[in-house]
Amino acid sequence: MSASAENQGMAQWVGMSPERVGGRERVTGAQRYTGDIRLPGALHVKLAHLNCGHARILNVDASQALRLKGVVAVLTADDLPKPMPRFGPVYNDRPVIADDEVKYFGEPVAAVAAEDEDTALEAVKLLRIEYEELPGVYTIDEALRPGAPLVQHPSIRAADDPFRQSNILNEWCFGWGDVDQAQADMVIENVYRFPLVTHFPIENLAYQAAPEKDGVSVWSSIQHPYVLQRAIVTALNLPASKVRIIAPDPGGGFGGKGYPKYEPLLAFLALKTGRPVRLALTLEETFQAIRRAASQIRLRSGFTADGRLVFQDIEANYQLGAYADIGSRVVSKGSYVAAGPYHAPNVRIVGRAVLTHTTPSTAFRGFGIPQLSWALESQMDAAARQLGLDRLEIRLRNIPAKGETVIPGDKPVDGDWRMLLQRAANAIGWGQPLGKNHGRGLAIGMKNSASASASFAIARLLQDGSLLILSSTSDMGQGARTVFSQLAADELGIPLDRISIVMGDTALAPFDASTSASRSSVFMGNAIISACRQIKTQLRQMAAEAYDMAEDCIRLQEGKVICGERAVAYDRLIRDYYGAVRGEVIAVGTARGKYLPNHPLGGQAAFWEVAAVGCEVEVDEETGEITIHKLVTVTDIGKALNPRQAEAQDEGAAIMGLGHTLMEHLILDEAGRIQNLGALDYRIPTIKDIPLEMETILQENGDGPGPYGSKGAGESGILAVSPAVGSAIREAIGVTIHDLPLTPEKVWLALQEKRAGENSFARPLTDPKSYVE
Amino acid sequence: MEKNLIPISITVNGRRVELEVQPQHTLLKVLQNQLDLIGSKECCGEGECGACTILANGRAINSCLVLAVEADGWEIVTIEGLAEDERLDPLQEAFLKAGAVQCGYCIPGMVMSAKYLLMKNPHPSEDEVRQGLAGNLCRCAGYNRIIAAVQLAASEKEAA
Ligand code: FES
Ligand code: FES
Repeated sequence: MSASAENQGMAQWVGMSPERVGGRERVTGAQRYTGDIRLPGALHVKLAHLNCGHARILNVDASQALRLKGVVAVLTADDLPKPMPRFGPVYNDRPVIADDEVKYFGEPVAAVAAEDEDTALEAVKLLRIEYEELPGVYTIDEALRPGAPLVQHPSIRAADDPFRQSNILNEWCFGWGDVDQAQADMVIENVYRFPLVTHFPIENLAYQAAPEKDGVSVWSSIQHPYVLQRAIVTALNLPASKVRIIAPDPGGGFGGKGYPKYEPLLAFLALKTGRPVRLALTLEETFQAIRRAASQIRLRSGFTADGRLVFQDIEANYQLGAYADIGSRVVSKGSYVAAGPYHAPNVRIVGRAVLTHTTPSTAFRGFGIPQLSWALESQMDAAARQLGLDRLEIRLRNIPAKGETVIPGDKPVDGDWRMLLQRAANAIGWGQPLGKNHGRGLAIGMKNSASASASFAIARLLQDGSLLILSSTSDMGQGARTVFSQLAADELGIPLDRISIVMGDTALAPFDASTSASRSSVFMGNAIISACRQIKTQLRQMAAEAYDMAEDCIRLQEGKVICGERAVAYDRLIRDYYGAVRGEVIAVGTARGKYLPNHPLGGQAAFWEVAAVGCEVEVDEETGEITIHKLVTVTDIGKALNPRQAEAQDEGAAIMGLGHTLMEHLILDEAGRIQNLGALDYRIPTIKDIPLEMETILQENGDGPGPYGSKGAGESGILAVSPAVGSAIREAIGVTIHDLPLTPEKVWLALQEKRAGENSFARPLTDPKSYVE
Repeated sequence: MEKNLIPISITVNGRRVELEVQPQHTLLKVLQNQLDLIGSKECCGEGECGACTILANGRAINSCLVLAVEADGWEIVTIEGLAEDERLDPLQEAFLKAGAVQCGYCIPGMVMSAKYLLMKNPHPSEDEVRQGLAGNLCRCAGYNRIIAAVQLAASEKEAA
């Protein structure tokens, strides 16, 4: 992969924070998101679902619904090819519509298309759906119990899959050294839980589809248009060239809009009715469609008396939903780095993806890492307490230096991680006196970034010397268009306002693996730089021919082609080279993380995404309420291409982290129904919940593989918020809680139990050397 | 679905419009679907997120909570009505300058709530901004830049 730009140091735009491209449309309300697009003659679609998590569908009688004026079609499993078309990013396990069984609360059983939304809604009520409720598994424990009802029918699993008779989708084992032989002075074991949480982008999921002459067009607020294209190709059995995906800028994604869900259903409906169809989910339906994996992590850690890690023995069970989505990858990628940013000589990791009769879980900012770092970093604190060490000190003793190994066989440490921790500690006044009920916490999180994946970008220098970049990255709030414009402007010396970035249309922009894993600035950024450089090469060649000069006498500077004494503008050169009818200069740039079939994840991490978090909190002893006085994130970004946008990403990620730390959790009842659907009952941080003070530090050591030495960021801020807050609470009031979220009720209860002298979170010691908190 | 259409007359962004609306439709739906004013956004549909905030008779309201028929005779300003012939409202400028805009989906509602706040209180303290925008959710931001934007707009007004 190409690294720093050749004109580094001369950058006019890189490192600056120009106004966000698309900002004006967003502050004036002109921005059209997927649901704002009006396709003439579109039918409105509503989905029917059952009031339980698991059931057998006996019969769907649509006769009354079809008699309602304005109803055009009702689609059920019976209207689809047999066997039911299935799709998914890793496994083709997800049916286009519930097939025989409903496997999660909210899974669509039927879809009604009508002339208007009210009619569609009324028709859904007229459907007569007979079903038999079945026992379901709604938690990890229930799913793993012997004889538990199976979520996935063994027939859709590989014949040699050892887990096909269980709810384990797959099990990942990683490790090195020998945990069983390792000699530790102190062993500590705990179980940490992370709740079911949902993405809650402010734009709900929305889809449209329209029949085309011999194919279909699909609009979706999707992060990865080419992953969606593949799903439509699979489900509808069409050539990719006949499937056009239009992906308007999402109104927030966070992973929840990464992978296809109801798009194939809409595509079938468009073909069935011969008309455009639109489906805008409500917030409640969006909750039912997608979420993050919950987790239960058992961690047994061995240390020397002076606080050096001897071993980590990790069992991480993740709660997936009814279909795999990208869940298995969340588990494999997450558990692969389960030992964290530390030098642990002996490591054993078992990561399990456990299927349950619940909403499918998917990517969510940080992938599987916030779950793990909650466990891992809380455990470091527990060890520090047992050993009488400072919490910063124990971390520094175990953090590898740049160039050292963190995971054998993978990319060596590519940043100064100790510096991250030290800067976070300094920023919160580590070690200084604290007020009553105040405490400080510190944590670090590490995520493996994108590995094997490819990005393509097309650069077109148009006949008037302005520039078009075609890229399938999604600008979902991170500001990709702005950064790409900055990169191109500096490469070619073209003013920002003469550059357009075209995204979100597979008929125009070439393949990109995904807008995820904090990969876009690095992968797509490098692809764009590569395309721009090829344009420069072509310009030199064109000038040499047009002006009859040696190519090496020609250079490019400030948007001009310098040929000896002459400075020729791009449009002039295009005219002089092609003649009066003109032409353009076009190039394709690519960036690729190498595919390594024998690597457990298919390839090495392009970079490690690492951030430290520090905070100071105050706990109200009467109510259990937590006030965050200060929150600091320090991210190892390599180079901030657009510092303001990078900071905004980190801040947003940190606040999102406060959500799952302090308040967010989906509550299921015994029938697998989500009890707190919607904004009233599921709380996310509001402007009143943010810390009294926030500081965002970007560590720029220029040591990344992206343009100008950058690394990806955007997820970093969320990785280690929870353990930092948990640690601060412990210091403030002396209670340790192992299950997120740290709601006032839980904190208050823990405090009462501590006062009563029996902390229910403690269990008796079995082995004199081992401590269980 | 044809129900009994009810005629209403509202003033939207300074323009009087006569409409026939369905009794069950919210003002938000009518703005979006009958007037193609898509700037006001729907997220929760129950008054909890503020994405649909507009000014009605000089007060900020959630347009998802009002039926269009109730709005008969009202004077309404939506996000589309803030800029005057291409010239952005100082608040809109401040949101851009402060880097408070990310995906943008919450921004129209956020700006309208902020507009109302500044109408009532031209120089809000940080705490007052937090109170004033407590009903507007943003999932992208740390909110700190939104606070900065509102205070920037307030201070620029003073300078002007
Ligand atoms: S959509 Fe009106 S408050 Fe949420
Ligand atoms: S900017 Fe995305 S929700 Fe606020």
